[in-house]
Amino acid sequence: MAVSDRSPIVTTRFERGDAHTLEGYLATGGYAGLRKALAMTPDEVIEQVKAANLQGRGGAGFPAGAKWSFLPKDVFPRYFVVNGDESEPGTCKDRPLMERDPHQLIEGLLISCYAVRASQAFIYVRGEMALAQERLAIALNGAYAAGYIGKDILGSGWSLDVILHWGAGAYIVGEETALIESLEGQRGMPRLKPPYFPAAKGLYMQPTVVNNVETLSYIPWVMQHGGEAYAAIGTEKATGLRLFALSGHVRRPGVYEVEMGTTTFRDLVEAPVYGGGMRHGNKLKAFVPGGASAPWFYPEQLDLPLDSSVVGPAGSMLGSGAVVIMDETTCAVRAAWRLVRFFAHESCGKCTPCREGASWIEKILRRIEKGNGREEDLDLLLDVGDNISPGPFPRPAVDGEEAVPFPYKQTTICPLGPSTVSPVHSSILRFRDEYRIHIKEGGCPYG
Amino acid sequence: MSRLNPGNVELARTIISRYPRPRSALIPLLHVAQEQEGWVSPEAMAHIAELVDLAPAEVLGTASFYGMFKREPVGRYVVSVCTNISCLLLGGEELLEHCERTLGIKPGATTSDGMFTLEDVECIAACTDAPCLQVNYRYFLRISHDEVDALVDDLRAGRRTDEVPPHGTLTRVRQDIRPERWVGRGAEGLPPEIR
Repeated sequence: MAVSDRSPIVTTRFERGDAHTLEGYLATGGYAGLRKALAMTPDEVIEQVKAANLQGRGGAGFPAGAKWSFLPKDVFPRYFVVNGDESEPGTCKDRPLMERDPHQLIEGLLISCYAVRASQAFIYVRGEMALAQERLAIALNGAYAAGYIGKDILGSGWSLDVILHWGAGAYIVGEETALIESLEGQRGMPRLKPPYFPAAKGLYMQPTVVNNVETLSYIPWVMQHGGEAYAAIGTEKATGLRLFALSGHVRRPGVYEVEMGTTTFRDLVEAPVYGGGMRHGNKLKAFVPGGASAPWFYPEQLDLPLDSSVVGPAGSMLGSGAVVIMDETTCAVRAAWRLVRFFAHESCGKCTPCREGASWIEKILRRIEKGNGREEDLDLLLDVGDNISPGPFPRPAVDGEEAVPFPYKQTTICPLGPSTVSPVHSSILRFRDEYRIHIKEGGCPYG
Repeated sequence: MSRLNPGNVELARTIISRYPRPRSALIPLLHVAQEQEGWVSPEAMAHIAELVDLAPAEVLGTASFYGMFKREPVGRYVVSVCTNISCLLLGGEELLEHCERTLGIKPGATTSDGMFTLEDVECIAACTDAPCLQVNYRYFLRISHDEVDALVDDLRAGRRTDEVPPHGTLTRVRQDIRPERWVGRGAEGLPPEIR
């Protein structure tokens, strides 16, 4: 494995200060992909995106082209919604795309709306991202005024409205059916499945596509260069480039655009152009390979490639592309407790196992970390977890035991519940002794 | 404590007109109310209920789900310190403790002069720039304890107000669609015309 020298795609304008202005975007080849798409039929555009095998970047990794193909034929109105509600701990790659290159997202959205013949589009931005909202507003205003959005786009006869919308603080709204509920002015609670995809019944119970910011940001390049050119990057199963947010105990935390499949976690941590190695030369203890919901990996998994078809069977997921590195100075109990506190806080309360379970797991972990843990607490934690996610929980192959492949089972409507269980299993699996010391000595050995 | 002012009523009507169904404008209108008052009062919620044709309880039901809507007055500046995993690993808890000492309050409280409210928050999507905080949802990345103190001094003295507008203001530029560019066919049961 080696670090790819392939030039980036979606981050090329990040160093320019003016990409959010129409002038800045046009000066760098902006909207050429849209012009090309408008000269094709919508179905031809869909074929290009399918050929690209562009996997969704929100977390589930579902190919964008396939998601679009679930739309029932000839049912209108139908809607397109951009999921810009980035909130998964460790994840911070959609925000720079919205702040630094909003036109790229808008162009990708326009091409996609044309392809699926959407009646109206909505960009749902996380509430806490004031700058992203501002940059998108400026970009949309410029694009509307110049004829890229609205009536008779670029004289093509095709028309579309794009509405900027933002949330108000709720992680669960990143789940696509919860996002739709929120966009309807409701509490952001996920809808019962089936239907599994809002393509059948989405916004106002009409056919709806929900795509992530990063996914759509790749579409202008795919249009300009063709789906096959995109699919040729990376490996057969892990195609293209992807943004990874590398945080925690590395020398150079950052958001890096990385070639899929050919790059490994070790490359990401150690390569001078990425993480630059462990901070202070410390030893790696564990890492989160794909956002707070993902089961942890350990040093043994460092050489796995960034490829969902490998990472899934190995016991975790690439999820939202957030890699969090923990060195030997990290208290595993404290890290697990902090992650669980997040899920307990963000549980929407719809499903009992998650609403009650997440809250109890948080309380038990807190008392262990604070020195009031009991001998039976570890079994209790696993038992509460089993009520949310029954059966063997996904885990990597460690200590001579085989991996349990991802995904987890769930007794809840959405994956937030089992996500709560991830840090519990991951920390107990490898660091059971640390728990014992906390309980026996009545406190945290890390201070 | 008041209803939306005439300018904001006009803005509210524009926002409502952009959605196929009025209720979709509910969260945007709650933000308009919060921008006007710094928080969302019962009177504002009742007014919004009239504008989108809902019961006030339905407006409250939605508003109370979302953490950003403050249903009691808060400080002019809401300081949100992230202590989630990536920040935890790089001093987020120490940053929060420092903010507690500098402001003299615990998370959830407001300083007696009404200037600052402190919050211990979940991930704010700046994980690669830990530790970090937001003031009124403006980012301060890889911030040191000394920089926190300087920021608090500046805001208290009325400086850096162009960088950090008062609580309730998010984007300072709103979406502006000229009538001649607006399509307005989002609720139509016919496919869009494509040549």
